[in-house]
This record gives sequence, structure tokens and C-alpha cells, in this order.
Amino acid sequence: MKTYTNTGSKDTRSGFGAGLTELGKTNENVVALCADLIGSLKMDDFKANHPERFFQVGIAEANMIGLAAGMTIGGKIPFTGTFANFSTGRVYDQIRQSVAYSDKNVKICASHAGLTLGEDGATHQILEDIGLMKMLPGMTVINPCDYNQTKAATIAIAEHRGPVYLRFGRPKVANFTPENQTFEIGKAIHLIEGTDVTILATGHLVWEALEAAKTLSEKGISAEVINIHTIKPLDDEAIIKSVTKTGCIVTAEEHNFLGGLGESVARVLATNKPTPQEFVATKDTFGESGTPKQLMEKYGLNSQAIVKAVETVLKRK
Amino acid sequence: MPNTQQLKDLTTQVRRDILRMVHKVNSGHPGGSLGCAEFFVALYNEIMERNNGFDMDGIGEDVFFLSNGHISPVYYSVLARSGYFPIDELNTFRLINSRLQGHPTTHENLPGVRIASGSLGQGMSVALGAAQTKKLNNDSHLIYSLHGDGELQEGQNWEAIMYAAGNNVDNIIATIDLNGQQIDGSTDDVLPMGNIKAKFEAFGWTVVEINEGNDIDAILKGMVEAKSKTGKGKPVCVLLKTVMGNGVDFMMYTHAWHGKAPNDEQLAIGLKQNPETLGDY
Repeated sequence: MKTYTNTGSKDTRSGFGAGLTELGKTNENVVALCADLIGSLKMDDFKANHPERFFQVGIAEANMIGLAAGMTIGGKIPFTGTFANFSTGRVYDQIRQSVAYSDKNVKICASHAGLTLGEDGATHQILEDIGLMKMLPGMTVINPCDYNQTKAATIAIAEHRGPVYLRFGRPKVANFTPENQTFEIGKAIHLIEGTDVTILATGHLVWEALEAAKTLSEKGISAEVINIHTIKPLDDEAIIKSVTKTGCIVTAEEHNFLGGLGESVARVLATNKPTPQEFVATKDTFGESGTPKQLMEKYGLNSQAIVKAVETVLKRK
Repeated sequence: MPNTQQLKDLTTQVRRDILRMVHKVNSGHPGGSLGCAEFFVALYNEIMERNNGFDMDGIGEDVFFLSNGHISPVYYSVLARSGYFPIDELNTFRLINSRLQGHPTTHENLPGVRIASGSLGQGMSVALGAAQTKKLNNDSHLIYSLHGDGELQEGQNWEAIMYAAGNNVDNIIATIDLNGQQIDGSTDDVLPMGNIKAKFEAFGWTVVEINEGNDIDAILKGMVEAKSKTGKGKPVCVLLKTVMGNGVDFMMYTHAWHGKAPNDEQLAIGLKQNPETLGDY
């Protein structure tokens, strides 16, 4: 079984910051906006290097989204930065009308997504953002898994014409994908080939899926692990191909099971190849304060939870 | 000086277009549209520097954003009569498969429209963003925008108004249509907004008042004055006092025609009060 090495844990938001720094040097049309969270979003470098292309909007996210939409008129590529909660739910109608329906080339970059924001608690832990964003026609939704991939995704979305929701997080997590990788929007990445079960994971849960595959291997279960960094457009073909081989699937995400990756996968399977599926996701609940590790354990979003879901789904084959 | 008689003739024709458009589909918003007819005619014919044809990026020309998208009839009529799309297309207003949606959109690629509007309160932010891109592009042309007065009840406006002054966005002229009416009644009855001029000034804007907002000459004078105040470090607001339903006597001085179409008889009266000047579509 192929194994992966953590080259040193890093936060995915720093991957975003590094990607933005790179874009600052390579693409003069990239502009950045932030709603009073420059440090949290790791936008400091871009601001320092390109003050004329950086816009501090204050605690006014609705205005930020509108400004970004307007800035595209004249050829700029705006990257907005705030927490995932304030990037989506708070400004849904602004994104819907001024960005998505208006087909504006805005990149909505959202940090501190999900439970792993930790101690701040449920007011800041959005678990509904993937659902909100994937429902908007024309919106691309990306949730990369580690520092290197978040950096690559940040660079890639500048080249993509159209609105994008880029979701990443706060905690330091394993960094295991290649440095300087090319990021292909919508293309699933096979991390481990397997025959008994497909584990389809996104974001922070990808590393957990790799850990789960190790445990399962010790139990004689061959798991195929796929990194779905792009939730929309979904790589239907890769999913169908994998379950054709394995016959069952577990989806894993730091998000509500209503509206998340799992439901998108269920749609693909129901219409193409009905397959037993288990969901590793929060179950229609808000989060709470705690350390990221405690929260992921309590809400069933770690490798142990994935192993358990695999054991359940195998019985349904 | 421009030949204002021609502009007045065009305004009369635009009023006919508005009435006929909303009557045909028995829906739409004639009141605010009629109130802003003179403003749109003046803006597109005398005030804005526009390139030929339509390019989304609007580089090297003035750019306009309509925030109160429900007054799409006047917008569509003036865009068509300014050469952005065939005048006959006004026939398709609000019909299925039309580019002339109930509220303006870029989604159907209608030339002249650069942002969707309809859900209120979003246009000020968009206009400011476009203004900042103009500065980044070293494009000295201006951004114009129009907002309803009732629309100022949406909080996003005040985020944007605060941002504009704080960031010295001085290449924008945002016009507020002060007709004092909204769907449920007068703005004072629904949610009194106090002294709007004092509010804009307190937020750091330069304010120009046009008290005769249905008089072409007064509009031209006021907008020239507004233009002269741009580029001085402060955003510019025009308070345009208009009469909702202007030019059709039974639609004036009431909120009743905000979003209601005339019947056959009412249309006939309205058209009689506004004789054909440049030819109906």
C-alpha cells in the first residue's frame, strides 16, 4: 500500500497566504480584499508587497463582496478573505446576485472553515458553507487538503474564469502532497489504490482517510483513498470508476452531511450506479468550543470514525 | 449648450416606452421608472462619456450602475434608444426567453448592463469597486450609479458609504432618487430616514442637490456641478428630488404605481398625455 509522509504540519490558511504572495508577483490583475482579518488569513505579505492592490474593507463583509464584484469590471481578479462563516452565510445574497448571477470573476477565499476553528465555538464554525456555495449556479467549490495543495489551488483559481469558493482552515495539519504541484480544478486525485472500499475525502479529512487506510490494511481491508479537492464540479467519472471496483463507499468531510460532499456523491451514485454509502460528517448539528482534536473526535470526524464507517458499509455490500 | 428640446422629446418617448412595456405584460414598475426618465435621458445623452458599442470592462469610458433594478423599464428604454440593442427588443420585456428580464441582469448578455440588480442595496458597493479598478487602471473616467431612497434602508449601503469616504473614492457620482415613496407608502411612513443630506455629509461625502429632478435643464446643471466636484478626495452624492410617476398625472404623488401596470384605459390616458415624438417601438 502506498504511504504518505507528513513533511511538517502546517495550516492550510498559510498555504493560501503563500499562494496569494506568489500571485502578487506573477499576476498584476490580482487584487485582494480583507474584512479585518489580515493576520488570520495570512494576507500580510500580499499587503506589504502590493499595498496599491490590497483593500482593507473593515468589518463589512457585504460591502466587500460587492466591491469585489465591481472590481472585476475593468479586468481585476479580486480575492476576498475572511472566515468561512462570514464569507458565505453572512453574505449569501450578495454572492448570489452580484457575483454568481452576474458571473463575476471573484475568488471567495474562506479560512477557519468547520469545527477545527476550535475554541471560538459554533458562531464561527460554519458546517453549511459547502452546501450554500455548491447550490449557486456557476460557482466552483474547492476544499484542498493541506498546505501545499491549498497554495497550488490558490494559484490555479486565478487562471480559472468565473466565481470560485476556496475553503481552508486554521489548524496545523499534516502536509503530505507534493510541493509545487499543479492543481487541476475538478480532477480527483487517487492517493491509494484499493479493492474493498472507496474512501472519498475532502479537506482536513483526507489525511484522516490515509490514516484510516493504514488501520484497515492491518485488518486485511484494502481501501481506495481518493482526494476530492473539488466538490463542484465533481469528478463523477473517478467516483463511478472507483465504486465499480470496490462496491461501497465512505465519504468524509468537515461539514454537515446535509448539503455536503456526501450528498453530491450520493446524487452521482443514485443516478449512475447505486452503491452503499456511509457518511463521515456532522449530523445536522452546530459545533461547540473545544480543541480541534477534541471536536473532531466528539463529532466523529477522525480516522477512527472513518474506520468504523468502512466496517459498517462493508456489511451492506 | 445642448438642445434640451431634443432631450425632452426623447423623454416623452421614453415615458411611452415605459407605459407600453409594463402594460403589455401587466407587470413591472412604472412609478420609479417615470420619475427617473429625465435623469436617464440626460445621463446617457449629455453627461456620460461613452464608447461606441458595449464592452463589459468599460475601459476608457464612464460606466453606470443601476442599483434599484426594479426601474428596469426606463433603463431598457434609454439603453435601447442609446444604441445598445435594437429598440424593437423592448417588445420582449419580461417575456420568456428575453434578454430584458424583470430586473436587469448580465446573465442574458444584454449590452449595456454590467451587474445584476433587483435585490436592493448592493449597487453602491459594486460601483465603488468599479471606481477603484478605474483608478488602478489609470482610467480617469467616472462611475455613475443610481439608487432609490427607500433602498437606503438596506444596511449594506452604509457600509459602502463609510468605505467610500474612508478610502477617498472620488471618481464616483452616486445619485439618490429622492421620490419619497416605497412599496408600502411614503418613506416617512415606512421607515423615516431623517436628513439624508446630513447623513451623507456626516459620512464624508460631497452632496449636490437637484431640487427639480424632473427638469432636464436642472439635471444637466446639477450633474455638471457634481462632475466638477469629483477628483477632490471625496465621493460625490447627488440628491435628485423627483416625482414618482412623473408625466402621467394619475400616477404622480403616490406610491400606488410603484409596481403596478396600467390597464387599457389607463394606458390610453397615459399615452395621450405623452404624444409620440421619436416613434414607438
